[in-house]
Amino acid sequence: MKVKMLSRNPDNYVRETKLDIQRVPRNYDPALHPFEVPREYVRALNATKLERVFAKPFLASLDGHRDGVNCLAKHPKSLATVLSGACDGEVRLWNLTTRKCIRTIQAHEGFVRGICTRFCGSSFFTIGDDKTVKQWKMDGPGSGEEEEPLQTILGKTVYTGIDHHWKEAVFATCGQQVDIWDEQRTSPICSMTWGFDSISSVKFNPIETFLLGSCASDRNIVLYDMRQATPLKKVILDMRTNTICWNPMEAFVFTAANEDYNLYTFDMRALDTPVMVHMDHVSAVLDVDYSPTGKEFVSASFDKSIRIFPVDKSRSREVYHTKRMQHVICVKWTSDNKYIMCGSDEMNIRLWKADASEKLGVLSSREKAAKDYNQKLKEKFQHHPQIKRIARHRHLPKSIYSQILEQRVMKEARRRKEVNRRKHSKPGSVPIVPEKKKHIVAVVK
Amino acid sequence: METAPEPGGDVPPKKSKLRVQRKQPTLSSCPQAQDPFPGPAPVPAEAAGKFRRINKSKQLPHAKAQTRSRPHAKAQTRSRLEVAEAEEEETSLRAARSALLLAEEPGFLEGEDGEDTAKVRQADIVEAVDIASAAKHFDLNLRQFGPYRLSYSRTGRHLAFGGRRGHVAALDWVTKKLMCEINVMEAVRDIRFLHSEALLAVAQNRWLHIYDNQGIELHCIRRCDRVTRLEFLPFHFLLATASETGFLTYLDVSVGKIVTALNARAGRLDVMTQNPYNAVIHLGHSNGTVSLWSPALKEPLAKILCHRGGVRAVAVDSSGTYMATSGLDHQLKVFDLRGTFQPLSAQTLPQGAGHLAFSQRGLLAAGMSDVVNIWAGQGKGSLPSLQQPYLTHRLSGQVHGLQFCPFEDVLGVGHSGGITSMLVPGAAEPNFDGLESNPYRSRKQRQEWEVKALLEKVPAELICLDPRALAEVDVATLEQQKKERIERLGYDPEAKAPFQPKPKQKGRSSTASLLKRRKKVLDEEHRDKVRQSLQQQQKQKKAKPEGARPSALDRFVR
Repeated sequence: MKVKMLSRNPDNYVRETKLDIQRVPRNYDPALHPFEVPREYVRALNATKLERVFAKPFLASLDGHRDGVNCLAKHPKSLATVLSGACDGEVRLWNLTTRKCIRTIQAHEGFVRGICTRFCGSSFFTIGDDKTVKQWKMDGPGSGEEEEPLQTILGKTVYTGIDHHWKEAVFATCGQQVDIWDEQRTSPICSMTWGFDSISSVKFNPIETFLLGSCASDRNIVLYDMRQATPLKKVILDMRTNTICWNPMEAFVFTAANEDYNLYTFDMRALDTPVMVHMDHVSAVLDVDYSPTGKEFVSASFDKSIRIFPVDKSRSREVYHTKRMQHVICVKWTSDNKYIMCGSDEMNIRLWKADASEKLGVLSSREKAAKDYNQKLKEKFQHHPQIKRIARHRHLPKSIYSQILEQRVMKEARRRKEVNRRKHSKPGSVPIVPEKKKHIVAVVK
Repeated sequence: METAPEPGGDVPPKKSKLRVQRKQPTLSSCPQAQDPFPGPAPVPAEAAGKFRRINKSKQLPHAKAQTRSRPHAKAQTRSRLEVAEAEEEETSLRAARSALLLAEEPGFLEGEDGEDTAKVRQADIVEAVDIASAAKHFDLNLRQFGPYRLSYSRTGRHLAFGGRRGHVAALDWVTKKLMCEINVMEAVRDIRFLHSEALLAVAQNRWLHIYDNQGIELHCIRRCDRVTRLEFLPFHFLLATASETGFLTYLDVSVGKIVTALNARAGRLDVMTQNPYNAVIHLGHSNGTVSLWSPALKEPLAKILCHRGGVRAVAVDSSGTYMATSGLDHQLKVFDLRGTFQPLSAQTLPQGAGHLAFSQRGLLAAGMSDVVNIWAGQGKGSLPSLQQPYLTHRLSGQVHGLQFCPFEDVLGVGHSGGITSMLVPGAAEPNFDGLESNPYRSRKQRQEWEVKALLEKVPAELICLDPRALAEVDVATLEQQKKERIERLGYDPEAKAPFQPKPKQKGRSSTASLLKRRKKVLDEEHRDKVRQSLQQQQKQKKAKPEGARPSALDRFVR
């Protein structure tokens, strides 16, 4: 007879002294971990609830401007520095770490229409209603010195937007035409127009740095190549586009913020159909900015809220609003992918977390592991009705909530009418037009 | 399985072509240094298969068709699934590789050639094994308070027992330290530890009582009266009670509320067990059926006719694969619980078993009058072969309760003469998981675990036959949603657009040729449909049983 009994030595399972940590032997055999799926589901449910409990995105409000904030710019080298321009011609530099204004410049008479930093971070450019382009040093003047621009260019018309090239000493402005300037000269290298209308914004492509996009008030978006004298092509939409933003990771993708409450993500190679129509705002979208990962973007709207959209989803994943925030004019996603800044009508710049429930500060390795685990669980069970309901729930101000309901009714009525028309017409005479194609009028090359 | 060559052998290491060839690092000090085992350690396929969670053979129920607006939808889903499958493969391999780190080996009992292990007496085993193991065999001689029911805690460290005449005691049976001993002055029908060793449910003559580990009565639950059997579902924190009045009642012990009370409509209930795999309660009835219950439904999930005459005992193994039943017809049967509910093996016993229990590694114990028989299968979790018992033992009284101790090679038997702790080598899982149930946990660890377990208490309504169903696609709802969407939109957005021939080169796209091309494609599609339906018909024909005799009425079948 051969016999062996299971006999464990307790010394292998119990800690030696109280100063040790407890021994935890693991066995990953699924038979010892029953109900894996239901338990994971409950964990995912708890994680989702906790996420909503800890969703406190609002961090700070930077006040100091004496009129509505009209434009914002990030510093390319310093995460803590932010520049803002207001409707009374004042430009302020902020330190986000201390949440204080570090410098104030009375830059223009009338609105500061646009502000952009040089790629090296040594200086920045502002344009204003006084038909000037001014270049300023990033460092303040020494004691006793006057606050003076490095350079002032007097133009013939009002400039409405400015953007700097990502690698060279070149910048572009827009107004009645798109002008490309060399920093050393006082007249533009070249001017490009297509039709006669005021162009509201111009943006350089961060990857294919010679490409520019602009949007004008005759409802079109025009693409330019700096190396050519003429524009590349344009797409005409139903309504006016307020601004565009290029995807920092995919050179050919940009998103347009439109007056018809929607945002359109385009592939510049095929402008006739947008890749995605982002619908959730209930008023005109005024500004849009991509996250540095290129996976999401944030949009600011006239409906007093900002929303975060994944690039490949048509619905927003997050909406931020406060009682005191009025129409949001400009928005920026910081370069560390963690925060969002927005400037609004009521003179404040607000700082938000990009991930509403994220814990700030240094995480211990166990916290990090738990966070990753919970994230994966939430992802796994995201389509379950209970979890989806909790994860999607957002409190909305009454004005937005009632407008959403109203617009839903309007949309439904329009759809019903179309279905009825189709039903009572000759088959094929009322074609089914997908949502993506509905808002594109034409593409011109 | 791949085998690695011996490290010290003269034979040069074979290099498998399948393995990833690692570049040998060139060391100046020992230029001949070579890794004798290049690449990652091989993992046997069946070991990795144990950890695999995706069933690759299963087709996805509703792969979304690609549409004109989403031309890559199907491809995207496919590629996402492929990534998930690759990750799954990697994880299962790693998990299987980690099995190397397990410290303990399971026990065994083998006879010399020709020797029958059933002839081995407990005294022989006690003599042969080490002192620590021998101390696990003991007899508590308690003739006075007569037949005992017993229960081990989930970690296997504590033992509680209650006698018919009211004697209730709980002890740490490894150190033999008594936690409490009381007499409840009432008949005790059943006893069960709740989620930890600190709480104890006792089914007394009238009502259900809950005591703590010092014997203090915490609750008297009057809504559960005349309870005969208790089962505790540890992950749901539910105490299932079967009563003389024929009700199966689920009590949530974390909040103290009754979840549901189900009327089994089968008279007095006194045979109950739980399926540890899916927390379904199995009730044995006097008409020979076993019914499967979940608190989510008022009706049984399934009814299995097992015996002629009443069912005396039911047990389900830890993987939820086998159910053993014994009836008044002296039969002992093992059923397959994976869908078919067919009997796999049956054996007529001279006396018939009154109590059954499965061990963690799939040993089956049966108590017949004053004898305990244990059957074993070929390996872990395999079907126990009922031909030849693995061990037998005769007790000093009639068996009244039977339970294998978790994580110890011990079978606890309650009988009319007291309690016997039998040694059964190879019964228990040798390597426990410290985060699930740790026999060596400290008080602090227990408290920590309790909080975590309560946080992830599984809701009672999730109990169903397949616990993995929650992670699968809900086909019925999906179909319903699709139907509603089509109704709402007025057209099917996922429908395949009819073929529209594209205009070709100059001269080749006359109306006639366009029509011809269109017709060609349509015809081809039609032929495909016909071919498929024919194939299906043939399959159905084949599916008919071979042995069935042709009937005269067959000529009318289309």
